[in-house]
Amino acid sequence: MTQNEGMFGVSGTGDTSGYGGLVRTVANPGSTERPFGGYFDQLADDLERAYPDFADAITKVVVDRGELTLHIKKHRLVEVAKVLRDKLLFEMCMGVSGIHYPDRTGCELVAVYPLLSMTKNQRVRLEVCTSETDPHIPSLVEVYGGNNWHERETFDMFGIIFDGHPGLTRILMPDDWDGHPQRKDYPLGGIAVEYKGATTPAPHNRRSYK
Amino acid sequence: MSHSDPRFDPYAATRETTEGTVYSVTGGDWDSLVSEIGETKEERIIVNMGPQHPSTHGVLRLVLELEGETVTEVRPGIGYLHTGIEKNMEYRSWTQGTTFATRMDYLSPIFNETAYCLAIEKLLGITNDIPERASIIRVLMMELNRISSHMVALGTGALELGAMGPMFFAFREREAVLDTFEAITGLRMNMAYVRPGGVQQDLPAGMTARLRDLVKELRKNFKDNERLLVGNTIWMKRTEGIGYLDLAGCTALGITGPVLRSTGLPWDLRKMQPYCGYENYEFDVITADTCDVYGRFLIRMAELEQSLRIIEQAIEKLDATEGQPVMVADKKIAWPAQLALGADGLGNSLDHIREIMGSSMESLIHHFKLVTEGFRVPAGQAYAAVESPRGELAAHIVSDGGTKPYRVHFREPSFNNLQSTSAMSEGGMVADIIGAVASIDPVMGGVDR
Repeated sequence: MTQNEGMFGVSGTGDTSGYGGLVRTVANPGSTERPFGGYFDQLADDLERAYPDFADAITKVVVDRGELTLHIKKHRLVEVAKVLRDKLLFEMCMGVSGIHYPDRTGCELVAVYPLLSMTKNQRVRLEVCTSETDPHIPSLVEVYGGNNWHERETFDMFGIIFDGHPGLTRILMPDDWDGHPQRKDYPLGGIAVEYKGATTPAPHNRRSYK
Repeated sequence: MSHSDPRFDPYAATRETTEGTVYSVTGGDWDSLVSEIGETKEERIIVNMGPQHPSTHGVLRLVLELEGETVTEVRPGIGYLHTGIEKNMEYRSWTQGTTFATRMDYLSPIFNETAYCLAIEKLLGITNDIPERASIIRVLMMELNRISSHMVALGTGALELGAMGPMFFAFREREAVLDTFEAITGLRMNMAYVRPGGVQQDLPAGMTARLRDLVKELRKNFKDNERLLVGNTIWMKRTEGIGYLDLAGCTALGITGPVLRSTGLPWDLRKMQPYCGYENYEFDVITADTCDVYGRFLIRMAELEQSLRIIEQAIEKLDATEGQPVMVADKKIAWPAQLALGADGLGNSLDHIREIMGSSMESLIHHFKLVTEGFRVPAGQAYAAVESPRGELAAHIVSDGGTKPYRVHFREPSFNNLQSTSAMSEGGMVADIIGAVASIDPVMGGVDR
């Protein structure tokens, strides 16, 4: 649960509209209890059987919008991925997607791995998080070779360091670029545009609805 | 040659570096280069192919290490077309995001939009509320788009291997499809036509008749390229056994699409994990078992006919659903205005303008709120995948409950599949790299986003 305050994303101005005092509660999908529904129960059972440390490695199971997410302690990631690949036949990892939550202290940087089993026609998502001060997550390249470029991209965009990656360099931005563009504290950039005497601020400086 | 010499070309000079002699090639100077290199004893040279090389499908840079004509190492360099689309989308409303998404892989805009919108609809929980007609139109547009995309893959692929004729035919067919896109959406490319909740507007009057003619014309015209290339000895010599990647290689590298199907595995998301009602259409998943460039070429050729079959069924369904809505019924999500084609181009329909400006203050407020503020999407994340012409294209979308996406990530098949260039080309001849890259069909707009 988080709280969202105000309407327009600005603070400290003389807002007389009253909307500045608006408080909205945002409910994030929480941990799910069994039964999960669909093939998710079977999948969790199989994983528990194939991986004895299940209870210790997996911190949270979330079933939301018909998708199963396993939250994993980061130092257990490679083990879990190996079991999922070899025992549960999740042959493919579709990549890595990073997310930056500056407000989640100690868990600011998140890496999300969508796995696909073509044999069983199933999907599962792995999620690990790490802190901004220690942005290390073990690399999955030895398990899923195709993650090579995806991890480089996530490093480039979020500054997550994938330990054990064979060549973790920037991939989309120039090699000498400063900063990691997809972090929330990295501005979008752009310049204000003047047209017929009126000025439109750059997108990240505009008043916008929250 | 010195700097004062009028023939001095700073871009085509030879210079010494700590790594050895560096030769710059600008075109037309191959003979002098060969004679110069011939003087050195070393066989091993490193060639920078691209980022402006015409045969690399856009701004792709390949760093090749060659022993004579044998490739010992390939390192693709990408990022030249990075535009920060994913970052930009975090600063615009959910609906405005389609305008960004459509510009990623510029050969398959409809697929980009559909993957993005399916993920939003999953987050909103309205997947089952999308009107049937909207899904039919999405399928129709996606299959038309598959044809226009495969046409570029075939035409440019053949051109890069030295066959010019197929390009002319392929682009004739592609133009016919793009003209149809223009008639339906107002734009040939980057149309932002698929929107969260449905599609931007219904098909114009008389479109199904026109589509029937298009199918007939395309089916006839596809034969031209078939006659030119299928079984052509020269073409087969350049493509058979080239760019080999088997099933184990594909799964390890996460390869999907025609490259995966060329290993004999009939993996197609339209069949395996249907979306937009694909389970209601009859079509075959095309495979080959040769794992090579020729197999991928045959798959693309055969998929054209399957797309036509789907389009024909979609036309029947469109006739049966004439007049039904193409946007979700929830007025808190559905775009308030239907667009209409006026003398000065596409815009809000006059009926709608008349209503909001002349008769209903509430309609005006509603229009203004929805267009400027947009709608809120409940917090959470969703992953929606579609079978694009290049493989699994998926959108991973995170919402924090606001009017804008918190994070959008696209799992781009081009980006992923381009990794296989090294596996396909190392140990082969330098000329075969071109065929291997063409068979992956990477689109750099999608790779770099």
